[in-house]
Amino acid sequence: MKLYCLSGHPTLPCNVLKFKSTTIMLDCGLDMTSTLNFLPLPLVQSPRLSNLPGWSLKDGNAFLDKELKECSGHVFVDSVPEFCLPETELIDLSTVDVILISNYHCMMALPYITEHTGFTGTVYATEPTVQIGRLLMEELVNFIERVPKAQSASLWKNKDIQRNSGCSMEDGWECRDGGRKTRLLPSPLKDAVEVSTWRRCYTMQEVNSALSKIQLVGYSQKIELFGAVQVTPLSSGYALGSSNWIIQSHYEKVSYVSGSSLLTTHPQPMDQASLKNSDVLVLTGLTQIPTANPDGMVGEFCSNLALTVRNGGNVLVPCYPSGVIYDLLECLYQYIDSAGLSNIPFYFISPVANSSLEFSQIFAEWLCHNKQTKVYLPEPPFPHAELIQTNKLRHYPSIHGDFSNDFRQPCVVFTGHPSLRFGDVVHFMELWGKSSLNTVIFTEPDFSYLEALAPYQPLAMKCIYCPIDTRLNFIQVSKLLKEVQPLHVVCPEQYTQPPPAQSHRMDLMIDCQPPAMSYRRAEVLALPFKRLFEKIEIMPELADSLVPMEIKPGISLATVSAVLHTKDNKHVLQPPPRPAPPTSGKKRKRASEDIPDCKVLKPLLSGSIPVEQFVQTLEKHGFSDVKVEDTAKGHIVLLQEAETLIQIEEDSTHIICDNDEMLRVRLRDLVLKFLQKF
Amino acid sequence: MPEIRVTPLGAGQDVGRSCILVSIGGKNVMLDCGMHMGFNDDRRFPDFSYITRNGRLTDFLDCVIISHFHLDHCGALPYFSEMVGYDGPIYMTHPTQAICPILLEDYRKIAVDKKGEANFFTSQMIKDCMKKVVAVHLHQTVQVDDELEIKAYYAGHVLGAAMFQIKVGSESVVYTGDYNMTPDRHLGAAWIDKCRPNLLITESTYATTIRDSKRCRERDFLKKVHETVERGGKVLIPVFALGRAQELCILLETFWERVNLKAPIYFSTGLTEKANHYYKLFITWTNQKIRKTFVQRNMFEFKHIKAFDRAFADNPGPMVVFATPGMLHAGQSLQIFRKWAGNEKNMVIMPGYCVQGTVGHKILSGQRKLEMEGRQVLEVKMQVEYMSFSAHADAKGIMQLVGQAEPESVLLVHGEAKKMEFLKQKIEQEFRLLPSAKKPRLLHGTLIMKDSSFQLVSSEQALKELGLAEHQLRFTCRVHLHDSRKEQETAARVYSHLKSVLKDHCVQHLPDGSVTVESILIQAAAHSEDPGTKVLLVSWTYQDEELGSYLTSLLKKGLPQAPS
Repeated sequence: MKLYCLSGHPTLPCNVLKFKSTTIMLDCGLDMTSTLNFLPLPLVQSPRLSNLPGWSLKDGNAFLDKELKECSGHVFVDSVPEFCLPETELIDLSTVDVILISNYHCMMALPYITEHTGFTGTVYATEPTVQIGRLLMEELVNFIERVPKAQSASLWKNKDIQRNSGCSMEDGWECRDGGRKTRLLPSPLKDAVEVSTWRRCYTMQEVNSALSKIQLVGYSQKIELFGAVQVTPLSSGYALGSSNWIIQSHYEKVSYVSGSSLLTTHPQPMDQASLKNSDVLVLTGLTQIPTANPDGMVGEFCSNLALTVRNGGNVLVPCYPSGVIYDLLECLYQYIDSAGLSNIPFYFISPVANSSLEFSQIFAEWLCHNKQTKVYLPEPPFPHAELIQTNKLRHYPSIHGDFSNDFRQPCVVFTGHPSLRFGDVVHFMELWGKSSLNTVIFTEPDFSYLEALAPYQPLAMKCIYCPIDTRLNFIQVSKLLKEVQPLHVVCPEQYTQPPPAQSHRMDLMIDCQPPAMSYRRAEVLALPFKRLFEKIEIMPELADSLVPMEIKPGISLATVSAVLHTKDNKHVLQPPPRPAPPTSGKKRKRASEDIPDCKVLKPLLSGSIPVEQFVQTLEKHGFSDVKVEDTAKGHIVLLQEAETLIQIEEDSTHIICDNDEMLRVRLRDLVLKFLQKF
Repeated sequence: MPEIRVTPLGAGQDVGRSCILVSIGGKNVMLDCGMHMGFNDDRRFPDFSYITRNGRLTDFLDCVIISHFHLDHCGALPYFSEMVGYDGPIYMTHPTQAICPILLEDYRKIAVDKKGEANFFTSQMIKDCMKKVVAVHLHQTVQVDDELEIKAYYAGHVLGAAMFQIKVGSESVVYTGDYNMTPDRHLGAAWIDKCRPNLLITESTYATTIRDSKRCRERDFLKKVHETVERGGKVLIPVFALGRAQELCILLETFWERVNLKAPIYFSTGLTEKANHYYKLFITWTNQKIRKTFVQRNMFEFKHIKAFDRAFADNPGPMVVFATPGMLHAGQSLQIFRKWAGNEKNMVIMPGYCVQGTVGHKILSGQRKLEMEGRQVLEVKMQVEYMSFSAHADAKGIMQLVGQAEPESVLLVHGEAKKMEFLKQKIEQEFRLLPSAKKPRLLHGTLIMKDSSFQLVSSEQALKELGLAEHQLRFTCRVHLHDSRKEQETAARVYSHLKSVLKDHCVQHLPDGSVTVESILIQAAAHSEDPGTKVLLVSWTYQDEELGSYLTSLLKKGLPQAPS
């Protein structure tokens, strides 16, 4: 049992579990924080961005000034943004049998894995995960492809530049293991991890091909992998269709927890009970903002939004096209009228905005109970249907086209991408950034808002940080672990120490006994348990024929001779075939039919033979002339008349006689009287 | 062999009031709880006294499973749970749970309000009954209790229809309900994995039919509707509010758009709009194409099809009306039928199966003079057409499903006896089992039973676990042979002799001159007194006793003369 850790990002995991001859990839997260090192992709020519000065070394060497640009003291790569892929060299990914996806955020690296590693297996995910995952990928591809960039920087990634980056012999080890540090480059580029694995975005063709490898599953569905392992998705309460996974054989159980929530939002509640009795629980995807309370953040979001709009400013909400936005729209639905915002237009701009809003209404079976019952009426489960109907919420595929005609200010705009590096949000940042009347409210927790804003500095616009992360916090985790009692916990190393910024907060880490095993990118963990048993079925006919005997109080034994049938990794014991009836009549028996089947095995023997009693028994059965000699280890019993010798030791008896079968059998039976059979 | 008992309380060898009792591994499960459209008396509901004469339903049944919302599969549910009395769980899919109470209420209204029946279930009873329902997802393994688990598979047929696998330990039954093996305009095809149940209980409505291609049927249907409308006639299509209705609506809607027809299409009853709304919200249960395109165009928003008003029936000119219910046994479809039946320009198209006793069944079997209530006789001059649009599997489809699931045995229900006989033969022909050719291998071990845990280990391991030492019992027999040659040569002769006799055993001649057969050791020694005699020492353990004793007797017979 081994765990190969391919991603270092705790909320965008990618691990491979080797379990009972199967190779299972757990999630396929794509670390997009790498894009923060790139300049934003504007939808319309931005003089400000294109006139940023090139960056040069302190000694004036400007050989990178075409690729690196400086903005307010930060250096950015002027190129198509790239993403940090999971490790592809640690394990041969073509040997992966299945990929289990836990939620739509954790599948963004799927096309890189399924299309470029020789992967031939199956991907399992729930229907909402696939549909919404598709929307996220579609949006991403669209954002990047619709603004083709002439410039493609690669020099800065050059190995020579990295080697000359002042990495001394002493930290050569760190260079190899912790990812190359491009010391020559300015911060934060020099601290960027695994630059060599960064790749450009995939194409829609690759997305479609990757998604075609997915097989849809339902919660609590038991999926057999080759009959050897059973995997089951469980509701994780975090997002539409989000799941945790149970990977088990008959005697071993691994739980994989990824992105779970105990808060009551729109998805079906988390199934905790099924995680009980795990040998190993792999814990990933906890909240990224452990100190923020999601409810409080929603309140702050609403009040800041109302305040800005009332003062005549616009509100920009950088967001993903699915997920928390449904909850935000529901809050606003209740809040709009009471806050006097009924005349303010709400815009949702994304190439997949319409699809996302429509899809959210058709997954009744994956929603919390309240929303489910609405569908039975039948009514749409989310109130944003009404917001759209009453024209309070309008959605557009992009700022081009209809939107430019309908656009009224002040307004509220929900749009992506939350990294502020591509998508329509770039346009609004450029448009509204100069006025202090406007506000940008960050709700997505995936990107540091300060880093996201860096290429837009200096900025007059107000910035509010209300990260809403409904995933488990450390208090909930410790309660969960107490409840489900796994034997071992495995988690990313980030969870075994307090966050770097709050190093005194000892409560912001996982605390369990025995201490959690931690992993980091490119590590292989040996999980601490061994497989000992397989399940075997005994056919009723065979069970009937067994004769148990009680050896110790409460412990019985029965010897079993049976035929083992194994098919599809399922084992069944059936009664041994009956010996063919003796061929009757005059037909001459062939010699071979007499040969006994050496496979009819005799039981093992145990016990020891008390010599005196044995001799008495011999005499009782008509053996006269019995002599006993003592040896170093036991005794020799001599039957002179029969020219027979019986060596008796503590753990063995050896009968040496002439070829007299009658005699041998008689002696055997006398010996067996003193022994137990197994 | 495991014992599985199946008792049909209805729909054994007919169609209507589906209700099948399955006993498996000590659990009792009721599959469907339907009503019969052809009867208005006691025969309308399944005979629950089969169970109740021995006690309460709740005590006997572990759970009830409803396959889909058609009344011949769920119509008796409120009667069963509220009037006879059942408090256990009732399982069905989400769409079935949503739609079922509406159809039940509709049915109740027709029975009580229109026909004035007394002693029928009430609206409240329908509500109370639905409170006992537990909704299941497709493919979700639902643990009814520690031993009994059920799992739903997609069945096509109507929105939310499911097949169910019922499993106790290693025994399992699959019940198909009604299903459809070819995708149509709004539903997908039924699918099941190779779950190898002990028993597959399948419907067999169309056991003998192998239906012509769907396209042909659709073209025929459209042609007939078109011709009738062209000559100014009216077309009546009796349907149930949900199911075939949506399929035919999509068909006519696209046709009207393509050919640009102007004749109005109406859909009767207020259920329609609601029904279409359900289809929109449960769009994940429809076929691939509709699911893919629903964001751009929702197939259940019809442009040409409008709501029907009773007064429209007397309007002059052509029209097409979808009216409920589907078998012309009551309600609006029957009213319209009575109005239009006398005109030969008109046409009624029966798009589905009609149970015996209904007006639909009568006119389909050629009857043209119908006795109506109040001894009225209705002469049917309008054209009567039957087009099988019921989403049931045909013989080919049933065979396909049998092939998919690979059951040990198949039980045919929900069909007509004669047709079943035909299908039975076909299934037996096609799926005759081949015995497995593998040579069985024996396994020996010790079963340790401690409390309720059972471990099968090797005998050595069992001794070790109990802290006992093995006692080895060994025999060595002296066999005298007349042979004046040297010991080594004797051993070689023994070797070649045994090798030729014991073909299936491992016979070896070791470098030290000894011969082994499996674990039995044979050594040749000189006789202390007689140089013409050699002594063979044959040594074996108790565990090899049979072979050892056989070898000694074999060697006693002497060795064959070496060919010189």
